[in-house]
Amino acid sequence: MQKYSAISLAYHAFRGHRHWQRAWRSPEPRQHYDVIVVGAGGHGLGTAYYLAKHHGLRKIAVLERGWLGGGNTGRNTTIIRSNYLQDESGGLYELARSLWETLSQEVNYNVMFSPRGVLNLCHDEHDLKGVQRRVLANQASGIEGEFLTPAQIKKEVPEMHVACPRLPVLGASLQRTAGTARHDAVAWGYARAADALGVDIIEQCTVNGFRIEGGKVRGVETTRGAIEADKVALVPAGHASVLANLAGFRLPIESRPLQALVSEPLKPCLNTVIMSGAIHGYVSQSDKGELVIGGGADAYNGYAQRGSPHVLAGSIGAVCHLFPQFRRLRMLRSWGGVVDIAPDASAILSPTPVENLFINCGWGTGGFKATPGSALAFAHLVANGSPHPKAEGFTLNRFASGLIIDEHSAAAVAH
Amino acid sequence: MLLIPCPWCGERAEAEFTYAGEGGIARPKNPPELSDQEWADYVYYRHNPKGTHHELWLHLHGCGKYFRVVRDTVSNQIYGSAPMLEAPPAVPERKEV
Repeated sequence: MQKYSAISLAYHAFRGHRHWQRAWRSPEPRQHYDVIVVGAGGHGLGTAYYLAKHHGLRKIAVLERGWLGGGNTGRNTTIIRSNYLQDESGGLYELARSLWETLSQEVNYNVMFSPRGVLNLCHDEHDLKGVQRRVLANQASGIEGEFLTPAQIKKEVPEMHVACPRLPVLGASLQRTAGTARHDAVAWGYARAADALGVDIIEQCTVNGFRIEGGKVRGVETTRGAIEADKVALVPAGHASVLANLAGFRLPIESRPLQALVSEPLKPCLNTVIMSGAIHGYVSQSDKGELVIGGGADAYNGYAQRGSPHVLAGSIGAVCHLFPQFRRLRMLRSWGGVVDIAPDASAILSPTPVENLFINCGWGTGGFKATPGSALAFAHLVANGSPHPKAEGFTLNRFASGLIIDEHSAAAVAH
Repeated sequence: MLLIPCPWCGERAEAEFTYAGEGGIARPKNPPELSDQEWADYVYYRHNPKGTHHELWLHLHGCGKYFRVVRDTVSNQIYGSAPMLEAPPAVPERKEV
């Protein structure tokens, strides 16, 4: 791999930028791999990277039906935080957040991690108690966070209408180590680093069946022919149930549209991330100056990568209550992704009823922040057959045992 | 916004309704005999198809009744609806990979 640095940038500038290497190859699929990862988003590419780097596997392929990073990796609102209520979630999301801090150096690709802080607002007494409880739970388990009074919030975010008559801001949690990152760069960085370790990334290759013999997976059928594999790791996000159906089992997952939108670019006006669960909206400003706005998922199951306009209008309305000055902005574009929501709003990193077939899904509306932690823990599961210590509670067994990880009320934006 | 045909009130905007999940899930007849996994299958596991979906909606801001809807989860085309105790409209089942 050609190392990216200030020196290499200067060197190539003098040569007119005509001799940069391709960031990753575009190989033909081989007949057999040790591990096939299905899905080339951040989580899938990261899984392949950690399998190669930490577990010494060399014959790895990542299959992608569309293009690399074109699913939810390219469609989220790039927020990173780890202030979840339950211990299991806190452990896994904090592992991910700590990996973000050094990810650019790890993969030699600038993922533009910006720990600019995330505020979760509360607007009524019950909301307030929930947020205070979450901050205390986080502090008890070593996750950085603090509670802010309205006066402190006004000092942190002077441009916000804290005394908004309809939705007064009564308090907020603030995680200063949380923030944002460049979403595409995460997929590209992992892809380039994995490719350098010999991982074959094969785009436009749809998996349309599995070879299963005696309850064990032997390979996959694809639109580019059959490929054998000792192990298959599914990282399909919204299409988890579709792939599970092909392999002959069901999942506790429902796929829903989740929408987001960006405004025209502005001069810097918001230096943190504002989220409000009660009024279903969140907003941050990208480095290009656009306001990135998101909200709740659509109510119904859907695979269309678009949702209903009234849901989007609700998110915009919430943000305009808090920032009346944003009302005059024009919106540049809006889009939707298909998110895979589990009944307890927590992820599933698990073996499946088919031996040597593993699944990583259920990240729902908040998977981007978990990318490095999810990939690291899932690579551990696929390589060793047993869960990573930080992800032991996230297997499918929890739905039969009853030990669910309920993050519905604690996920800062209600689903 | 979806235009949803309530069997009692006719076509109304989606904002009047609440989605109530997959339809046609029958409560087990022999609860004491079920294993934990069988309970999990009933309570949590869903088909979640990419294609024809049998689902329930509640006309919350209307007649207040639950009813069945058959909808395509890719095109959002609604094939029809029926009251809870009637059979859902027969449509060709479509499933995408």
